[in-house]
Amino acid sequence: MLCDSCRERDAEVHLTTIENNAVHQVHLCDRCAAERGIETPAAMPKHPLGEFLHAAHEQAAAPTDSARCTFCSTTMADFRATGRWGCARCYSNFEAGIRELLRRVHGNHRHVGRAYNVPMSETLERAAVLGELKDRLRRAVESEQFELAADLRDRIRVME
Amino acid sequence: MDLSLLPDGGVGWLDASGAHSDIVLSTRIRLARNVEGYAFTGRARDGERLRVLSQVREAVGSVSSLHQSVMYRLDELPPTARALLHERHLVSKELAGLDSQHPLRTGAAVFLADGLGVMVNEEDHLRLQALRSGFALQEAFAAIDKLDRDLGARLPYSFHNEFGFLTACPTNVGTGMRGSVLIHLPGLVLTKEIGKVLASLQQMGLTYRGLYGEGSEVVGNFFQISNQTTLGRSEEELLDQLLRVVGHVVEREAEARRVLLRDAGYIIEDKLWRAYGTLRYARSLTFDEAMNYLSGVRLAVGLKLISTLSVYTLNKLLIFSQAAHLAFAEGRALTESETNLARARYVRKALEEEAGSVG
Repeated sequence: MLCDSCRERDAEVHLTTIENNAVHQVHLCDRCAAERGIETPAAMPKHPLGEFLHAAHEQAAAPTDSARCTFCSTTMADFRATGRWGCARCYSNFEAGIRELLRRVHGNHRHVGRAYNVPMSETLERAAVLGELKDRLRRAVESEQFELAADLRDRIRVME
Repeated sequence: MDLSLLPDGGVGWLDASGAHSDIVLSTRIRLARNVEGYAFTGRARDGERLRVLSQVREAVGSVSSLHQSVMYRLDELPPTARALLHERHLVSKELAGLDSQHPLRTGAAVFLADGLGVMVNEEDHLRLQALRSGFALQEAFAAIDKLDRDLGARLPYSFHNEFGFLTACPTNVGTGMRGSVLIHLPGLVLTKEIGKVLASLQQMGLTYRGLYGEGSEVVGNFFQISNQTTLGRSEEELLDQLLRVVGHVVEREAEARRVLLRDAGYIIEDKLWRAYGTLRYARSLTFDEAMNYLSGVRLAVGLKLISTLSVYTLNKLLIFSQAAHLAFAEGRALTESETNLARARYVRKALEEEAGSVG
Protein backbone atom coordinates (compact mmCIF):
# COMPACT_ATOMS: atom_id res chain seq x y z
CA MET A 1 0.00 0.00 0.00
CA LEU A 2 1.36 3.43 -0.95
CA CYS A 3 1.57 6.39 1.35
CA ASP A 4 -1.57 8.57 1.09
CA SER A 5 0.54 11.69 1.24
CA CYS A 6 3.58 11.28 -1.06
CA ARG A 7 2.29 8.30 -3.07
CA GLU A 8 5.91 7.23 -3.46
CA ARG A 9 6.87 5.09 -0.53
CA ASP A 10 5.10 2.20 1.17
CA ALA A 11 2.72 3.20 3.94
CA GLU A 12 4.07 2.07 7.32
CA VAL A 13 1.84 4.02 9.67
CA HIS A 14 -1.87 3.32 9.69
CA LEU A 15 -3.73 6.00 11.50
CA THR A 16 -7.35 6.08 12.53
CA THR A 17 -8.84 9.55 12.84
CA ILE A 18 -12.33 10.76 13.55
CA GLU A 19 -13.91 13.58 11.62
CA ASN A 20 -17.58 14.43 11.86
CA ASN A 21 -18.14 11.27 13.87
CA ALA A 22 -16.90 9.11 11.02
CA VAL A 23 -13.82 6.96 11.33
CA HIS A 24 -11.18 7.56 8.65
CA GLN A 25 -8.05 5.61 8.03
CA VAL A 26 -4.89 7.33 6.83
CA HIS A 27 -1.90 5.38 5.63
CA LEU A 28 1.45 7.12 5.69
CA CYS A 29 5.08 6.25 5.13
CA ASP A 30 7.47 6.83 8.03
CA ARG A 31 8.81 10.09 6.57
CA CYS A 32 5.42 11.66 5.89
CA ALA A 33 4.25 10.51 9.32
CA ALA A 34 7.28 12.13 10.91
CA GLU A 35 6.61 15.32 8.93
CA ARG A 36 3.16 15.51 10.42
CA GLY A 37 4.56 14.98 13.88
CA ILE A 38 3.02 11.57 14.29
CA GLU A 39 5.01 9.41 16.63
CA THR A 40 6.11 6.09 15.29
CA PRO A 41 7.46 4.27 18.31
CA ALA A 42 9.65 1.33 17.44
CA ALA A 43 7.65 -0.74 19.90
CA MET A 44 4.61 -0.49 17.68
CA PRO A 45 4.50 -3.58 15.49
CA LYS A 46 4.19 -2.94 11.80
CA HIS A 47 1.98 -5.16 9.75
CA PRO A 48 3.54 -8.53 10.57
CA LEU A 49 2.99 -10.27 7.27
CA GLY A 50 4.37 -7.28 5.38
CA GLU A 51 7.64 -7.57 7.24
CA PHE A 52 7.56 -11.29 6.83
CA LEU A 53 7.17 -11.06 3.08
CA HIS A 54 9.85 -8.41 2.94
CA ALA A 55 12.22 -10.73 4.77
CA ALA A 56 11.22 -13.54 2.45
CA HIS A 57 12.02 -11.25 -0.43
CA GLU A 58 15.51 -10.59 0.89
CA GLN A 59 16.05 -14.29 1.10
CA ALA A 60 15.25 -14.53 -2.57
CA ALA A 61 18.88 -13.94 -3.43
CA ALA A 62 19.88 -17.01 -1.47
CA PRO A 63 20.67 -20.12 -3.51
CA THR A 64 17.95 -22.04 -1.61
CA ASP A 65 15.39 -20.07 -3.59
CA SER A 66 15.02 -22.74 -6.21
CA ALA A 67 14.29 -25.37 -3.56
CA ARG A 68 10.89 -26.99 -3.81
CA CYS A 69 8.79 -28.55 -1.09
CA THR A 70 9.12 -32.30 -1.55
CA PHE A 71 5.41 -32.84 -0.94
CA CYS A 72 3.55 -30.02 -2.70
CA SER A 73 6.40 -28.49 -4.77
CA THR A 74 5.77 -25.00 -3.43
CA THR A 75 8.82 -22.72 -3.80
CA MET A 76 9.83 -19.60 -1.91
CA ALA A 77 8.74 -17.65 -4.99
CA ASP A 78 5.23 -19.15 -4.66
CA PHE A 79 5.17 -18.17 -1.03
CA ARG A 80 6.21 -14.62 -1.83
CA ALA A 81 3.44 -14.36 -4.40
CA THR A 82 0.63 -15.68 -2.18
CA GLY A 83 1.81 -15.32 1.42
CA ARG A 84 0.63 -18.89 1.96
CA TRP A 85 2.50 -22.16 2.38
CA GLY A 86 1.34 -25.10 0.28
CA CYS A 87 1.30 -27.85 2.89
CA ALA A 88 2.45 -28.88 6.35
CA ARG A 89 5.67 -30.32 4.92
CA CYS A 90 6.74 -26.86 3.75
CA TYR A 91 7.41 -26.07 7.41
CA SER A 92 10.06 -28.81 7.54
CA ASN A 93 11.46 -28.16 4.08
CA PHE A 94 11.97 -24.45 4.69
CA GLU A 95 12.47 -24.84 8.42
CA ALA A 96 15.49 -22.59 9.02
CA GLY A 97 14.02 -19.69 7.08
CA ILE A 98 10.61 -20.15 8.61
CA ARG A 99 12.02 -20.09 12.15
CA GLU A 100 13.59 -16.71 11.51
CA LEU A 101 10.49 -15.39 9.81
CA LEU A 102 8.09 -16.57 12.52
CA ARG A 103 10.26 -14.70 14.99
CA ARG A 104 9.61 -11.53 13.00
CA VAL A 105 5.87 -12.14 12.72
CA HIS A 106 5.11 -13.30 16.26
CA GLY A 107 8.20 -12.18 18.15
CA ASN A 108 8.74 -15.86 18.86
CA HIS A 109 9.10 -19.17 17.08
CA ARG A 110 8.29 -21.64 19.80
CA HIS A 111 4.77 -22.90 20.36
CA VAL A 112 3.95 -22.97 24.06
CA GLY A 113 0.24 -23.62 23.76
CA ARG A 114 -1.60 -26.88 23.75
CA ALA A 115 0.45 -29.91 22.74
CA TYR A 116 -1.05 -32.42 20.39
CA ASN A 117 -0.49 -36.08 19.66
CA VAL A 118 -1.69 -37.51 16.41
CA PRO A 119 -4.23 -40.27 17.15
CA MET A 120 -3.37 -43.94 16.60
CA SER A 121 -3.16 -44.85 12.95
CA GLU A 122 -5.58 -47.84 13.07
CA THR A 123 -8.33 -45.57 14.38
CA LEU A 124 -7.62 -43.12 11.62
CA GLU A 125 -7.42 -45.65 8.87
CA ARG A 126 -10.72 -47.12 9.93
CA ALA A 127 -12.28 -43.65 10.01
CA ALA A 128 -10.89 -42.80 6.58
CA VAL A 129 -12.15 -46.04 5.03
CA LEU A 130 -15.57 -45.61 6.65
CA GLY A 131 -15.79 -42.06 5.34
CA GLU A 132 -14.92 -43.21 1.85
CA LEU A 133 -17.46 -46.08 1.98
CA LYS A 134 -20.21 -43.79 3.21
CA ASP A 135 -19.43 -41.36 0.45
CA ARG A 136 -19.67 -44.11 -2.15
CA LEU A 137 -22.93 -45.30 -0.57
CA ARG A 138 -24.42 -41.84 -0.87
CA ARG A 139 -23.40 -41.64 -4.53
CA ALA A 140 -24.74 -45.14 -5.21
CA VAL A 141 -28.12 -44.25 -3.69
CA GLU A 142 -28.22 -40.99 -5.62
CA SER A 143 -27.55 -42.79 -8.88
CA GLU A 144 -30.00 -45.58 -7.96
CA GLN A 145 -27.37 -48.34 -8.04
CA PHE A 146 -29.19 -50.27 -5.36
CA GLU A 147 -27.22 -53.50 -5.57
CA LEU A 148 -23.96 -51.65 -5.06
CA ALA A 149 -25.59 -49.64 -2.27
CA ALA A 150 -26.68 -52.79 -0.43
CA ASP A 151 -23.17 -54.20 -0.70
CA LEU A 152 -21.63 -50.99 0.59
CA ARG A 153 -24.13 -50.86 3.44
CA ASP A 154 -23.11 -54.37 4.52
CA ARG A 155 -19.43 -53.46 4.49
CA ILE A 156 -20.12 -50.34 6.56
CA ARG A 157 -22.17 -52.39 9.05
CA VAL A 158 -19.32 -54.84 9.53
CA MET A 159 -16.85 -52.03 10.20
CA GLU A 160 -19.10 -50.19 12.60
CA MET B 1 -31.54 -24.03 1.25
CA ASP B 2 -33.55 -24.72 4.37
CA LEU B 3 -32.31 -22.50 7.16
CA SER B 4 -34.99 -23.83 9.49
CA LEU B 5 -32.81 -26.92 9.78
CA LEU B 6 -30.39 -24.88 11.84
CA PRO B 7 -30.94 -25.38 15.57
CA ASP B 8 -31.32 -21.66 16.21
CA GLY B 9 -31.25 -20.28 12.68
CA GLY B 10 -27.54 -19.96 13.38
CA VAL B 11 -28.20 -16.68 15.10
CA GLY B 12 -28.54 -17.73 18.73
CA TRP B 13 -25.68 -15.34 19.44
CA LEU B 14 -28.02 -12.41 18.72
CA ASP B 15 -30.06 -13.01 21.83
CA ALA B 16 -28.19 -10.38 23.87
CA SER B 17 -27.94 -12.72 26.84
CA GLY B 18 -24.23 -12.41 27.60
CA ALA B 19 -22.37 -9.98 29.84
CA HIS B 20 -22.26 -6.29 28.78
CA SER B 21 -24.53 -7.09 25.85
CA ASP B 22 -25.37 -3.41 25.24
CA ILE B 23 -21.68 -2.78 24.44
CA VAL B 24 -20.37 -6.20 23.40
CA LEU B 25 -22.45 -7.93 20.74
CA SER B 26 -20.70 -11.23 20.47
CA THR B 27 -17.59 -13.22 21.22
CA ARG B 28 -16.02 -15.55 18.72
CA ILE B 29 -13.05 -17.88 18.97
CA ARG B 30 -11.74 -19.71 15.98
CA LEU B 31 -9.06 -22.36 15.63
CA ALA B 32 -7.26 -23.04 12.35
CA ARG B 33 -6.38 -26.70 11.79
CA ASN B 34 -5.16 -28.78 8.87
CA VAL B 35 -5.53 -32.47 8.22
CA GLU B 36 -2.25 -34.36 7.80
CA GLY B 37 -1.57 -35.95 4.43
CA TYR B 38 -3.04 -33.36 2.08
CA ALA B 39 -1.78 -30.12 0.60
CA PHE B 40 -3.38 -27.05 2.19
CA THR B 41 -6.67 -26.00 0.61
CA GLY B 42 -5.23 -23.37 -1.73
CA ARG B 43 -2.72 -25.82 -3.16
CA ALA B 44 -4.91 -28.95 -3.09
CA ARG B 45 -6.68 -30.47 -6.10
CA ASP B 46 -10.47 -30.86 -6.15
CA GLY B 47 -10.14 -34.57 -5.36
CA GLU B 48 -7.99 -33.88 -2.29
CA ARG B 49 -10.44 -31.33 -0.96
CA LEU B 50 -13.30 -33.78 -1.42
CA ARG B 51 -11.34 -36.44 0.47
CA VAL B 52 -10.68 -33.97 3.27
CA LEU B 53 -14.40 -33.27 3.40
CA SER B 54 -15.38 -36.93 3.57
CA GLN B 55 -12.81 -37.58 6.29
CA VAL B 56 -14.06 -34.61 8.29
CA ARG B 57 -17.65 -35.64 7.80
CA GLU B 58 -16.91 -39.08 9.19
CA ALA B 59 -15.16 -37.60 12.22
CA VAL B 60 -17.95 -35.06 12.83
CA GLY B 61 -20.47 -37.93 12.90
CA SER B 62 -19.01 -39.24 16.14
CA VAL B 63 -18.43 -35.93 17.92
CA SER B 64 -21.12 -35.36 20.54
CA SER B 65 -21.24 -31.54 20.33
CA LEU B 66 -21.89 -31.83 16.57
CA HIS B 67 -24.50 -34.59 16.72
CA GLN B 68 -27.28 -32.21 15.84
CA SER B 69 -25.23 -30.31 13.31
CA VAL B 70 -26.39 -29.46 9.81
CA MET B 71 -24.00 -29.53 6.88
CA TYR B 72 -24.17 -27.15 3.93
CA ARG B 73 -22.09 -27.74 0.83
CA LEU B 74 -21.25 -24.19 -0.19
CA ASP B 75 -20.16 -25.44 -3.60
CA GLU B 76 -23.71 -26.65 -4.22
CA LEU B 77 -25.55 -23.54 -3.02
CA PRO B 78 -26.68 -20.57 -5.13
CA PRO B 79 -24.99 -17.20 -4.45
CA THR B 80 -27.87 -15.73 -2.38
CA ALA B 81 -27.86 -18.67 0.01
CA ARG B 82 -24.10 -18.37 0.39
CA ALA B 83 -24.43 -14.64 1.00
CA LEU B 84 -27.11 -15.36 3.62
CA LEU B 85 -24.79 -17.65 5.59
CA HIS B 86 -22.05 -15.05 5.33
CA GLU B 87 -24.34 -12.27 6.54
CA ARG B 88 -25.14 -14.41 9.58
CA HIS B 89 -21.41 -14.60 10.31
CA LEU B 90 -21.57 -18.39 9.93
CA VAL B 91 -19.12 -18.67 7.03
CA SER B 92 -16.30 -16.44 5.86
CA LYS B 93 -16.43 -14.49 2.64
CA GLU B 94 -13.67 -16.71 1.27
CA LEU B 95 -15.50 -19.97 2.02
CA ALA B 96 -18.72 -18.58 0.53
CA GLY B 97 -16.84 -17.78 -2.68
CA LEU B 98 -17.95 -14.14 -2.44
CA ASP B 99 -14.41 -12.83 -2.34
CA SER B 100 -13.18 -11.93 -5.83
CA GLN B 101 -9.69 -13.21 -5.00
CA HIS B 102 -10.95 -16.64 -4.01
CA PRO B 103 -13.45 -18.31 -6.32
CA LEU B 104 -15.84 -20.86 -4.79
CA ARG B 105 -13.93 -24.10 -4.15
CA THR B 106 -15.05 -27.64 -4.74
CA GLY B 107 -15.53 -29.25 -1.34
CA ALA B 108 -16.24 -25.99 0.51
CA ALA B 109 -18.64 -26.89 3.31
CA VAL B 110 -19.74 -25.92 6.79
CA PHE B 111 -21.13 -27.90 9.73
CA LEU B 112 -23.31 -25.80 12.01
CA ALA B 113 -24.60 -26.61 15.48
CA ASP B 114 -25.79 -24.49 18.37
CA GLY B 115 -23.10 -21.80 18.67
CA LEU B 116 -20.49 -23.97 16.98
CA GLY B 117 -19.29 -24.22 13.42
CA VAL B 118 -16.73 -26.10 11.39
CA MET B 119 -15.74 -24.60 8.05
CA VAL B 120 -14.12 -27.13 5.73
CA ASN B 121 -11.74 -26.17 2.93
CA GLU B 122 -11.41 -22.56 3.95
CA GLU B 123 -7.85 -21.23 3.73
CA ASP B 124 -7.07 -24.05 6.16
CA HIS B 125 -8.77 -27.44 5.95
CA LEU B 126 -10.62 -26.69 9.16
CA ARG B 127 -11.71 -23.51 10.79
CA LEU B 128 -13.50 -24.37 14.02
CA GLN B 129 -15.48 -21.59 15.60
CA ALA B 130 -17.52 -20.94 18.69
CA LEU B 131 -19.84 -17.96 18.79
CA ARG B 132 -21.45 -16.59 21.94
CA SER B 133 -23.67 -13.65 22.75
CA GLY B 134 -22.09 -10.79 24.72
CA PHE B 135 -18.66 -10.85 26.34
CA ALA B 136 -18.07 -14.56 26.94
CA LEU B 137 -14.49 -15.52 26.12
CA GLN B 138 -14.12 -18.31 28.70
CA GLU B 139 -17.40 -19.91 27.74
CA ALA B 140 -16.56 -19.78 24.05
CA PHE B 141 -13.10 -21.22 24.70
CA ALA B 142 -14.49 -24.11 26.76
CA ALA B 143 -16.79 -25.03 23.87
CA ILE B 144 -14.20 -24.72 21.13
CA ASP B 145 -11.49 -26.51 23.10
CA LYS B 146 -13.75 -29.51 23.66
CA LEU B 147 -14.73 -29.61 19.99
CA ASP B 148 -11.06 -29.34 19.01
CA ARG B 149 -10.00 -32.22 21.28
CA ASP B 150 -12.88 -34.39 20.07
CA LEU B 151 -12.15 -33.76 16.40
CA GLY B 152 -8.38 -33.98 16.90
CA ALA B 153 -8.80 -37.47 18.35
CA ARG B 154 -10.53 -38.58 15.17
CA LEU B 155 -8.52 -36.66 12.58
CA PRO B 156 -4.74 -36.33 12.34
CA TYR B 157 -4.01 -32.60 12.60
CA SER B 158 -0.81 -31.18 11.15
CA PHE B 159 1.30 -30.37 14.19
CA HIS B 160 4.96 -29.46 14.54
CA ASN B 161 6.72 -29.85 17.90
CA GLU B 162 8.40 -26.48 17.68
CA PHE B 163 5.94 -24.41 15.63
CA GLY B 164 2.66 -25.87 16.90
CA PHE B 165 -0.43 -26.24 14.73
CA LEU B 166 0.55 -25.61 11.11
CA THR B 167 -1.50 -23.28 8.95
CA ALA B 168 -1.42 -21.98 5.39
CA CYS B 169 -0.74 -18.43 6.53
CA PRO B 170 2.22 -17.97 8.89
CA THR B 171 0.27 -15.40 10.92
CA ASN B 172 -1.94 -18.20 12.28
CA VAL B 173 0.74 -20.75 13.19
CA GLY B 174 1.09 -21.98 16.76
CA THR B 175 -2.18 -22.03 18.61
CA GLY B 176 -4.08 -21.30 15.38
CA MET B 177 -6.35 -19.33 17.64
CA ARG B 178 -8.00 -16.00 17.01
CA GLY B 179 -10.31 -14.74 19.73
CA SER B 180 -12.41 -11.76 18.76
CA VAL B 181 -14.95 -9.59 20.43
CA LEU B 182 -17.47 -7.56 18.43
CA ILE B 183 -17.88 -4.34 20.32
CA HIS B 184 -19.91 -1.15 19.83
CA LEU B 185 -17.97 2.00 20.72
CA PRO B 186 -20.04 5.09 19.81
CA GLY B 187 -19.13 6.83 23.07
CA LEU B 188 -15.40 6.64 22.37
CA VAL B 189 -15.98 7.77 18.77
CA LEU B 190 -18.12 10.75 19.80
CA THR B 191 -15.69 11.84 22.52
CA LYS B 192 -12.82 11.41 20.02
CA GLU B 193 -11.03 9.02 22.35
CA ILE B 194 -11.18 6.15 19.90
CA GLY B 195 -7.88 6.88 18.14
CA LYS B 196 -5.94 6.55 21.38
CA VAL B 197 -7.77 3.38 22.34
CA LEU B 198 -7.14 1.73 18.97
CA ALA B 199 -3.47 2.72 18.99
CA SER B 200 -3.03 1.24 22.45
CA LEU B 201 -4.55 -2.04 21.26
CA GLN B 202 -1.63 -2.53 18.91
CA GLN B 203 0.87 -2.05 21.68
CA MET B 204 -0.89 -4.77 23.64
CA GLY B 205 -0.53 -7.28 20.80
CA LEU B 206 -4.15 -6.88 19.74
CA THR B 207 -5.66 -5.65 16.53
CA TYR B 208 -9.06 -4.46 15.31
CA ARG B 209 -11.17 -4.92 12.22
CA GLY B 210 -14.63 -4.05 10.96
CA LEU B 211 -17.92 -5.90 11.33
CA TYR B 212 -16.99 -8.70 8.95
CA GLY B 213 -13.46 -9.40 10.06
CA GLU B 214 -10.34 -9.18 7.99
CA GLY B 215 -10.35 -6.50 5.32
CA SER B 216 -13.78 -5.17 6.25
CA GLU B 217 -14.40 -1.52 7.02
CA VAL B 218 -15.49 -0.10 10.30
CA VAL B 219 -19.15 0.82 9.97
CA GLY B 220 -21.73 1.83 12.58
CA ASN B 221 -19.01 2.16 15.24
CA PHE B 222 -18.66 -1.62 15.44
CA PHE B 223 -15.15 -2.92 15.99
CA GLN B 224 -13.84 -6.45 16.20
CA ILE B 225 -10.97 -6.64 18.63
CA SER B 226 -8.77 -9.72 18.42
CA ASN B 227 -5.33 -11.11 19.24
CA GLN B 228 -2.69 -10.32 16.64
CA THR B 229 -0.16 -13.07 17.34
CA THR B 230 -0.84 -16.77 17.72
CA LEU B 231 2.61 -18.15 18.52
CA GLY B 232 4.81 -18.00 21.60
CA ARG B 233 2.01 -17.68 24.10
CA SER B 234 -0.50 -20.23 25.31
CA GLU B 235 -4.19 -20.12 24.46
CA GLU B 236 -4.95 -19.10 28.04
CA GLU B 237 -2.39 -16.26 28.01
CA LEU B 238 -3.69 -14.94 24.69
CA LEU B 239 -7.29 -15.00 25.88
CA ASP B 240 -6.37 -13.53 29.22
CA GLN B 241 -4.77 -10.56 27.52
CA LEU B 242 -7.81 -10.10 25.27
CA LEU B 243 -10.13 -10.41 28.27
CA ARG B 244 -8.26 -7.78 30.26
CA VAL B 245 -7.89 -5.29 27.42
CA VAL B 246 -11.47 -5.60 26.16
CA GLY B 247 -12.68 -5.30 29.76
CA HIS B 248 -10.75 -2.06 29.97
CA VAL B 249 -12.18 -0.82 26.64
CA VAL B 250 -15.71 -1.61 27.89
CA GLU B 251 -15.03 0.49 30.99
CA ARG B 252 -13.70 3.39 28.92
CA GLU B 253 -16.74 3.20 26.64
CA ALA B 254 -19.07 3.29 29.65
CA GLU B 255 -17.12 6.25 31.03
CA ALA B 256 -17.31 8.07 27.67
CA ARG B 257 -21.08 7.55 27.65
CA ARG B 258 -21.36 9.06 31.13
CA VAL B 259 -19.29 12.05 30.05
CA LEU B 260 -21.44 12.55 26.95
CA LEU B 261 -24.64 12.55 28.97
CA ARG B 262 -23.18 14.87 31.58
CA ASP B 263 -21.57 17.42 29.25
CA ALA B 264 -23.76 17.28 26.18
CA GLY B 265 -26.93 15.62 27.37
CA TYR B 266 -29.47 17.43 25.24
CA ILE B 267 -27.30 17.43 22.10
CA ILE B 268 -26.80 13.69 22.37
CA GLU B 269 -30.44 13.08 23.15
CA ASP B 270 -31.52 15.11 20.14
CA LYS B 271 -29.03 13.36 17.86
CA LEU B 272 -30.09 9.89 18.95
CA TRP B 273 -33.81 10.60 18.66
CA ARG B 274 -33.18 11.94 15.16
CA ALA B 275 -31.50 8.64 14.32
CA TYR B 276 -34.51 6.80 15.69
CA GLY B 277 -36.88 9.07 13.77
CA THR B 278 -35.03 8.45 10.52
CA LEU B 279 -35.15 4.70 10.93
CA ARG B 280 -38.80 4.84 11.96
CA TYR B 281 -39.95 6.87 8.94
CA ALA B 282 -37.36 6.73 6.14
CA ARG B 283 -38.49 5.19 2.86
CA SER B 284 -35.06 4.25 1.57
CA LEU B 285 -31.94 3.35 3.52
CA THR B 286 -28.49 2.35 2.32
CA PHE B 287 -26.62 -0.25 4.37
CA ASP B 288 -24.17 2.30 5.78
CA GLU B 289 -26.98 4.68 6.70
CA ALA B 290 -28.91 1.94 8.44
CA MET B 291 -25.78 0.86 10.34
CA ASN B 292 -25.01 4.38 11.48
CA TYR B 293 -28.55 5.16 12.63
CA LEU B 294 -28.81 1.76 14.30
CA SER B 295 -25.60 2.63 16.10
CA GLY B 296 -27.28 5.80 17.40
CA VAL B 297 -30.41 3.97 18.49
CA ARG B 298 -28.31 1.28 20.13
CA LEU B 299 -26.52 3.97 22.11
CA ALA B 300 -29.89 5.51 23.06
CA VAL B 301 -31.03 2.12 24.39
CA GLY B 302 -27.74 1.72 26.28
CA LEU B 303 -28.21 5.17 27.83
CA LYS B 304 -31.80 4.26 28.71
CA LEU B 305 -33.13 7.16 26.66
CA ILE B 306 -35.23 4.65 24.78
CA SER B 307 -36.54 1.98 27.06
CA THR B 308 -39.05 -0.01 25.05
CA LEU B 309 -36.66 -1.32 22.45
CA SER B 310 -34.66 -4.44 23.19
CA VAL B 311 -31.02 -5.04 22.34
CA TYR B 312 -32.18 -8.30 20.79
CA THR B 313 -34.33 -6.42 18.26
CA LEU B 314 -31.39 -4.17 17.41
CA ASN B 315 -29.11 -7.17 16.93
CA LYS B 316 -31.66 -8.79 14.67
CA LEU B 317 -31.96 -5.60 12.63
CA LEU B 318 -28.21 -5.59 12.03
CA ILE B 319 -28.39 -9.03 10.46
CA PHE B 320 -31.78 -9.06 8.78
CA SER B 321 -31.46 -5.66 7.10
CA GLN B 322 -28.55 -6.86 4.96
CA ALA B 323 -28.96 -7.29 1.22
CA ALA B 324 -29.09 -11.09 0.98
CA HIS B 325 -31.55 -11.32 3.88
CA LEU B 326 -33.84 -8.77 2.27
CA ALA B 327 -33.68 -10.59 -1.06
CA PHE B 328 -34.39 -13.87 0.73
CA ALA B 329 -37.41 -12.35 2.52
CA GLU B 330 -38.73 -10.90 -0.74
CA GLY B 331 -38.12 -14.19 -2.50
CA ARG B 332 -36.26 -12.65 -5.44
CA ALA B 333 -33.12 -10.81 -6.45
CA LEU B 334 -33.28 -7.06 -5.77
CA THR B 335 -31.56 -4.15 -7.45
CA GLU B 336 -29.65 -1.75 -5.24
CA SER B 337 -32.49 0.77 -5.04
CA GLU B 338 -35.03 -1.98 -4.40
CA THR B 339 -32.78 -3.24 -1.61
CA ASN B 340 -32.71 0.22 -0.04
CA LEU B 341 -36.52 0.43 -0.21
CA ALA B 342 -36.92 -3.06 1.23
CA ARG B 343 -34.44 -2.24 4.00
CA ALA B 344 -36.35 0.88 5.05
CA ARG B 345 -39.61 -1.07 4.97
CA TYR B 346 -38.16 -3.88 7.08
CA VAL B 347 -36.64 -1.54 9.67
CA ARG B 348 -39.85 0.54 9.86
CA LYS B 349 -41.96 -2.53 10.48
CA ALA B 350 -39.64 -3.95 13.13
CA LEU B 351 -39.57 -0.64 15.01
CA GLU B 352 -43.32 -0.19 14.68
CA GLU B 353 -43.91 -3.59 16.24
CA GLU B 354 -41.84 -2.66 19.27
CA ALA B 355 -42.82 0.99 19.35
CA GLY B 356 -45.55 0.83 21.99
CA SER B 357 -45.05 3.85 24.18
CA VAL B 358 -41.72 4.97 22.77
CA GLY B 359 -41.12 8.69 23.16
